[in-house]
Amino acid sequence: MAAASTATAPAADTPRFGALLRNRVLGKLLLLAVVAAVLVPIVHAKWASGSWPHALTVDLTGPLGKTSDWIIDNRDSHPLFLYFFGHISNAVVVSVRGVYLVLLAAGWAGVTAAAGLIAWRVAGLKLAASAVAAILVCGWFGMWVPTMQTLALMVVAVLASVVLGMLLGLAAGLSDRTYRALRPVLDTMQVFPAYAYLLPVVLVFGIGVPAAVLATVVYAAPPMARLTALGLRGADGGVMEAVASLGATARQRLLTARLPLARKQLLLGLNQTIMMALSMAVIASVIGAGGLGDRVYQALASVDVGAALAAGIPIVLLAVILDRTTAAAGERLGAAEPDGRRLHGGYGWVVAGILTVVAALVARLADRIDWPETWTVNIADPVNNAVDWMTDHLYSGVPYIGGTADWAGHFTTWVLDPLRDGLQWLPWWSVLLIVAALAWLIGTWRTALTAVLAMAAIGVLGVWKPSLDTLSQVLAAVAVTLVVGFAVGIAAARSGRLERLLRPVLDVFQTMPQFVYLIPVVALFGVGRAPAVAAAVVYALPAVIRITTQGLRQVDAAALESARSMGATSGQQLRQVQLPLARPALLLAVNQGVVLVLAVVIIGGLVGGGALGYEVVFGLAQGDLATGLVGGAAIVCLGLMLDRVTQPTERRAKKGA
Amino acid sequence: MGLAAAGTLVVATGCGAADMTKQSSPYANAQGAKTVTLSVQSWVGAQANIAVAEYLLKHELGYRVDTVQVDEVPAWDALSQGRVDAIMEDWGHPDQEQRYVKDKKTIVNGGDLGVTGHIGWFVPTYFAKQHPDVTDWKNLNKYASQLRTAESGGKGQLLDGSPSYVTNDKALVNNLKLKYQVVFSGSEAAQITQIKQFAKAKKPFLTYWYQPQWLFKKVPMTEVKLPAYKDGCDADPKKVACAYPKTPLQKYLNADFSKNGGKAAAFLKNFKWTTEDQNEVSLLIADKKLSPDEAAKKWIDEHESTWRSWLPK
Repeated sequence: MAAASTATAPAADTPRFGALLRNRVLGKLLLLAVVAAVLVPIVHAKWASGSWPHALTVDLTGPLGKTSDWIIDNRDSHPLFLYFFGHISNAVVVSVRGVYLVLLAAGWAGVTAAAGLIAWRVAGLKLAASAVAAILVCGWFGMWVPTMQTLALMVVAVLASVVLGMLLGLAAGLSDRTYRALRPVLDTMQVFPAYAYLLPVVLVFGIGVPAAVLATVVYAAPPMARLTALGLRGADGGVMEAVASLGATARQRLLTARLPLARKQLLLGLNQTIMMALSMAVIASVIGAGGLGDRVYQALASVDVGAALAAGIPIVLLAVILDRTTAAAGERLGAAEPDGRRLHGGYGWVVAGILTVVAALVARLADRIDWPETWTVNIADPVNNAVDWMTDHLYSGVPYIGGTADWAGHFTTWVLDPLRDGLQWLPWWSVLLIVAALAWLIGTWRTALTAVLAMAAIGVLGVWKPSLDTLSQVLAAVAVTLVVGFAVGIAAARSGRLERLLRPVLDVFQTMPQFVYLIPVVALFGVGRAPAVAAAVVYALPAVIRITTQGLRQVDAAALESARSMGATSGQQLRQVQLPLARPALLLAVNQGVVLVLAVVIIGGLVGGGALGYEVVFGLAQGDLATGLVGGAAIVCLGLMLDRVTQPTERRAKKGA
Repeated sequence: MGLAAAGTLVVATGCGAADMTKQSSPYANAQGAKTVTLSVQSWVGAQANIAVAEYLLKHELGYRVDTVQVDEVPAWDALSQGRVDAIMEDWGHPDQEQRYVKDKKTIVNGGDLGVTGHIGWFVPTYFAKQHPDVTDWKNLNKYASQLRTAESGGKGQLLDGSPSYVTNDKALVNNLKLKYQVVFSGSEAAQITQIKQFAKAKKPFLTYWYQPQWLFKKVPMTEVKLPAYKDGCDADPKKVACAYPKTPLQKYLNADFSKNGGKAAAFLKNFKWTTEDQNEVSLLIADKKLSPDEAAKKWIDEHESTWRSWLPK
């Protein structure tokens, strides 16, 4: 099937079907139908089962189990571990420890001063004030030590990601062949759900910080690599020619022209890397990363949403501050250096350094180096009371509209069940056909081929049924996300006030560790697939809203103006001008919605979502490499398939990262 | 990246072997304090053990304590590598014991915790009072329709817990020919939240649960009798058709730590309390929402005679 769609793709452009081909869509569908008409009877005669035929699966339980045993038995003796992984692991431990000790030695005063001064140097006074406030809140919530542990881990992970990303980006930026080879790899790495990295690294490095840092690096390096390559490739041709004509060597050209010209992209890459690393810092708590993520995770064990929030808020604050600071630094680049108020260049940094040291010393002399225990506030109780009230009053028995548990029950019975049963009832080859058709209509024959191969790989791995179960949850969640996201996005695009109001809310939802949602969604929707869908919607919604709003805002003002002058009502403007013109942005929103929803699938396994998410969680919890890895691989394949099926051709140019 | 960093390190330290199975956490022993790293499992009973141990280690013996939440099986691996120093409550992992305690000798048994664990199937007591015969597995099929939920489809729902827990429930349902669907809640937090919601609405439910557990004080539950446990009846995971055993919970220590861990190791080996003690602390943490530290302090203030004997001389 997959091979056939490749072979027939070029034919779509030849005028064999005459008039029909003027319509490319119909042409593609017709071709696919012809292929299907030939192949399906053959396939059906050979493997007539509805679900993926057993004859076409590979059982990896044996070999994966053996691999896992071999690693455990040889970890303390084999040269591969002693001379390679051992040093990597050691380097991570030493660096994280180094940073952690520096942070502890600086004390809370030193760290706060440093945060404020750095923010002031790169982003101005306003952000400096927010940075100081944010750091103080972390201490105030009684999270000082965990915050420092997370910071230490983040510093090392981000530095490593940036170095690795820049190296990859340099290679890709300077050589076309590397660029072509690297692009699909980076693409794939970005559709990977973060959880899927955890199991293999844990197996090799064991539970703890080294595994956490490495998993984070794998997750966070791709945007840096991609943006570095983009920046280098986008260097202005005229400038490059001028530099070359001056007789600069290749290295000089790179260092004096290309890299400086790419500064904006490099900073954007840094920004993206930091955000991804932070989101991973929490997930990595599952494998013993410690710090704030671990506090969130431990609070959940005692069903204590308040305590989870107390650890979650510092993460949100760190994320928002780091995001704004690096973004502001990016915007300032190239803009003229503002005079007077800011000290110039190196001199300013020296002053900042001295002030930090002074602050640290003062605190040390005052014997206040650790965060004073009396300066903490307990936010857990009010939050827990609020959650209790919500679940007491909304869970069931609300007059007329029914409680949230009833909704969840209806959603499961009327939407999730039919969707799952329907998908699982479909003969396997028809699923492949549908995937091929969708991917080809929206993308190219290449994307269609990838999608079909990814779907087939799921069958070969022997997890066809749970994968379709997961797929049904993803589809339901995406549908809800899009309906709500488009509605709110349209509203925000029309009202600047609403947009400003939404911004902090969206920030919080995007950066709040997903674990924090788990208890509230179960309290509201019970255990099962419905709360899993709810968690996914909460996570994916901000991105969809943002992209929709931006897309609508960017619609050409002239087009809108002319529509208005022709007397179109505001509804007509929206339907006939704005929405069609914003189509690429809306398609991107769909694509991002799908990818983000899938990222929460594993979290769904923690609240009774079952299917692939549960298998991955089970694999991690039981150290069962076979179950966990196969489940993870299937999620990756689903991700690839869904990404390709919903991939608008404009995405590459637009997404950048 | 690792490569670059490792490269510099290799240059810095010479090209010797680096055994990562002997590397401790980067957060350990900071600022010259002696640190003990304890692994916390996801249930509250385990948190209670750790809270009390942590408090005494800190205030009576002068250690800094780091805790890491890890699932049971990975915790064994972490223990063998010295990433954590001790597991305070183990529910029986024969494979891991064979590998690490008997073969590799990187972990040693730290003695009984003093608490006996038991897994079983439970229904809420309000339901068992209305229908006394529900407490025998033979009558469970009669109640399947009452225990149905949206998630269990046409069958009754048997609510199961975290994927890290020991469970034979799928096999049991199958082998005892019960019209039930095992629904895995995926985490203990989710399971407790769901049980509380059921209890609030006085709805019937059937769940996998275990003793000792603080939740029994909030939601009284009655055990459903399964075919009696006999030695070896759970040997083949596919053919299990009997109840779960009663397990005296064990402590395990990293072998090096056990030998060189000084007072901390001696203290952890002496640590032994009762089910009631543990439940008292668990209830303070999980229900009264005291922080583990406060809960431990409260118990410690009231039970000095118990913990005095744990302190090494």
